Amino acid sequence: MAKLKDFFCKFYVAIIMLFLYAPIMVLIVSSFNSSKSRVLWGGFTLEWYQQMLNSSIVIGALRNTVVLAVGSAFFATIIGLLASIGIDAMRKKEFSIVMSITNIPMLNADIVTGIAMMLLIFRFMPLGFSSIMLAHITFNIPYVILNILPRFNQMDISTYEAARDLGAGPVTSFFKVVLPDIIPGIVAGFFMAMTMSMDDFVITYFTKGAGVNTLSTMIYGQIKKGIQPTMYALSTMIFAVTILLLITINLITLPKKSGKNKPR
Amino acid sequence: MKKKITMIICLTLTICIAALCGCSNSANDQKTITVINYGMYIDPAILDQFTEETGIVVLYEEASTPEELYSKYSSGAIHYDAVCSSEYIIMKMMADQSLQPIDFTQFEHIDNISDDVWSFCATFDEGNQYALPYFWGTVGLLYNKNMVSTPPTSWDVLFSGEYAGNIIMQNSMRDSFMIALKYLGYSCNTTNPEELAQARDLLINQKPDVQSYLVDEARDEMVAENAAIAVIYSGDGMLGCTYNEDLAYVVPEDGSNLWVDCWGVTAECVDTESVYTFLDYLCCREDIAKQNFEYVYYPTPNTAVLNSLDEELRNDEAVLPKLDSLDNCEVYQLMDDDTTAMMDEYWKQIKAE
Repeated sequence: MAKLKDFFCKFYVAIIMLFLYAPIMVLIVSSFNSSKSRVLWGGFTLEWYQQMLNSSIVIGALRNTVVLAVGSAFFATIIGLLASIGIDAMRKKEFSIVMSITNIPMLNADIVTGIAMMLLIFRFMPLGFSSIMLAHITFNIPYVILNILPRFNQMDISTYEAARDLGAGPVTSFFKVVLPDIIPGIVAGFFMAMTMSMDDFVITYFTKGAGVNTLSTMIYGQIKKGIQPTMYALSTMIFAVTILLLITINLITLPKKSGKNKPR
Repeated sequence: MKKKITMIICLTLTICIAALCGCSNSANDQKTITVINYGMYIDPAILDQFTEETGIVVLYEEASTPEELYSKYSSGAIHYDAVCSSEYIIMKMMADQSLQPIDFTQFEHIDNISDDVWSFCATFDEGNQYALPYFWGTVGLLYNKNMVSTPPTSWDVLFSGEYAGNIIMQNSMRDSFMIALKYLGYSCNTTNPEELAQARDLLINQKPDVQSYLVDEARDEMVAENAAIAVIYSGDGMLGCTYNEDLAYVVPEDGSNLWVDCWGVTAECVDTESVYTFLDYLCCREDIAKQNFEYVYYPTPNTAVLNSLDEELRNDEAVLPKLDSLDNCEVYQLMDDDTTAMMDEYWKQIKAE
């Protein structure tokens, strides 16, 4: 009986894995297919990878995506951190009001945010790269606050007070005492903001200017004439980088975790 | 102290953002034109070559469908100088007065554009004032030579039942009605409810024979030999024939739709000189038009390019549709609202059967 149960458990996991990863496997295989058609196998080739790396459009879109992700996450983290310090110090009533206001943009449909941003931004400056950057920073801030604020709640305010009592200035005590406590939240917020920015299509689509593309808007523009195999190659590379990144992060954090449990 | 630090951080942020905004404006002393076109519908290298030769920077925006292109233009968020779209969007823009007449005398190589294509354009743009043809083509049948008894010459093969279960139709309202109307001998621009109803009944009767209604995937299904006959656009048909040698493309004798994608210059465009230079360079100059043709691989209106192709390619009906096969072909006209609503309703009835 136990054997049967065991079998079904494994079978269930296998099925889920198959549904999750089969499409990605098809994509990876297609990226090495020398025929442009989606259904014919024309032999193994690296041509699409070469074409992709030589294409100024793909590389430009990739660069825009990365710069946007890192840049918007950086600014959003700073603004979010400052906001969290302020929100944490608020009284209960103000706290809940401000928190609901920051949460609304997260729950709001992307398309509403996107159109609203476009209408606001193009009154003040031409749409272009910087308008996407502003929009991304804006929608990233709530995610950062969401990640940092709980850290402040968990933190013991008396350690900060003790630092002040012992003669450290507010800035020194912030950097020496508060920051180390909340740094996991900051890092998590930064990465979450980065993912959100990379993931976004709708808001970018509405706020972008002519000739500026991120990966998602570039791929969308290709639909009328059919997606090119270079896109398979690009997606495969992004997938590979993500996997590698996840593995390294896990490898780095695993031994640390076991060390933390030991008494200091 | 804390206040000071916060102030400093805020200040730095503002400066950074201001600098970002500044970046996008710094290129203003250069001549810049903004154009919109479909994705993958130009060889991207041409844009760089153009900037190198003339010093004019082209901001190139892409859209995926004609409707999306039109809504992007009409939202007004970006100021476009020139648009390239399907003829019915160009017609709509002409009707809105969003286009300005193009002064073709300023084009150096305008003689390269074929007279035949000018005459197609004249059916919706009287006197050829607003639209410069970019690529054109037809809707036809892609069939597998080994799976049909005789090469089809008429839309009849779709309705006779001979290839039941082996037919792929386009999942497009206008194209489906066009086929049925042409088969019945009517114009595809008819507004007669009686004729449209007949077309609807024909399509409903045909439905059990149809394997699937597809869009882009039709070509791949044919290449994989999953069906005998498919309705397809000439550009896709041309690509299909290169992947699988058993495939062939034909424009039925009953007539079909003829489409022309055109460039138009928007009414708000000020620097027409730069736009004319760009359009002349892209569409009319032989070497550039050829380079672009080899990338896009749709029928080009540029006779100089066609004359430079080798014999075999020039005789391929998918590359250059034969003019006598086009006698019964029509360019879509802008439909009035009532006809659109009726066709929508009928299309729903067909899909619901």
